Amino acid sequence: MVAKGTQHTGTDEFLKGLWKENPVFVQVLGMCPVLAVSNTARNALAMGLATLFVLLMSNIVVSALRRFIPKQVRIATFILVIATFVTVVEYVIQAISLDLHKALGAFISLIVVNCLILGRAEAFASKNGIGRSILDALGMGVGFAFALLCLGAVREILGAGSLFGVELFHDGFQDWVMMILPSGGFFTLAGWVLLFNRLKQRQARAETALKEAA
Amino acid sequence: MSGDPLWSIFVNACLINNFVLAYFLGICPFLGVSGKMETATRMGGAVMFVMLVSSICAYGINALLTAIDAPYLRLISFIAVIASTVQLVEMFIKKVSPGLFRALGIFLPLITTNCAILGLALFQTNKGYGFLQCVVYALGAGAGFTVALVLMAGLREKLDLATVPDVVKGTALTLMLAGFLSVAFMGFAGLGG
Repeated sequence: MVAKGTQHTGTDEFLKGLWKENPVFVQVLGMCPVLAVSNTARNALAMGLATLFVLLMSNIVVSALRRFIPKQVRIATFILVIATFVTVVEYVIQAISLDLHKALGAFISLIVVNCLILGRAEAFASKNGIGRSILDALGMGVGFAFALLCLGAVREILGAGSLFGVELFHDGFQDWVMMILPSGGFFTLAGWVLLFNRLKQRQARAETALKEAA
Repeated sequence: MSGDPLWSIFVNACLINNFVLAYFLGICPFLGVSGKMETATRMGGAVMFVMLVSSICAYGINALLTAIDAPYLRLISFIAVIASTVQLVEMFIKKVSPGLFRALGIFLPLITTNCAILGLALFQTNKGYGFLQCVVYALGAGAGFTVALVLMAGLREKLDLATVPDVVKGTALTLMLAGFLSVAFMGFAGLGG
């Protein structure tokens, strides 16, 4: 497919999801799973991978079918495609680890309404070829999983003194229980968003300074 | 069928396990439309209404799917039915009460992708609630959503008058506020069990 006036190369397509348009820290999409299952690094990673898989598969299918889907019913079609893959993921997780399935609970099913996936299907996969859609899905999915892992790691280290279930500190460590509780999710995410804002601000300032000097 | 009394289900869904602040469901509209008090109340009303309708639908679907022994179709049929119900409700309201339709405006279609609605349908199925319990659960969850949204809008309206550093403005500030609200709601734990 001919690129439509954009000079994005394949690598750009992949990288934008990781940093510049990170779905969690910059676009603030798909917040529900981000906050709900990031209380341990393991849950967060599992959720990130599950979302990555659903995003990838639905982007491929939507992109492959984009010429056959009538415009009026596209949203309903996208949702059905996504729901199919989510059902697959749910049964796979149940087969691999029952503990994990219990820990994630209804939030596996709730991947269906993750606005990130529907957003990518609508904004990208329905307009671009399969190759580009795969790269876009991988970039966004990895960016999402990375963000989830960041949150999960911080919350688990502070709230339980461990990482992936491995104890990090000696007995004297007082668990900061609030970080595991729902409110900790909000605070941790706020902290990461702040960090991202600050970095972006510094970058913007450096760029303007560079332009003025030139 | 679970044997929880109705009042306990209501208090539980509304305060103790508030959908927004404890389960993190419906965060997108919570962060998006909590800027103004007026829109917040309207959105709350719309969500509560759709929750009630879709909860009743989900109860029916679940009974049907159990009867034909096809639980793997649950998720797909839930989301399809909820999406079409919202559409139907929208058309119905437009016909019957144009005033209410204008008041709800863009919020009705947006509710389709609100995870609180699907979450409610899934939770009530997992808990095995009976019909009346489902209705009360939906009302409680809707009320809880509205309470959280209205409280948040009140806080944000006040904060508009304060001066905050540039970096904190926007999402980060809203998230911190939500965190504090969540801490406050933790105080309800232990109420009703």
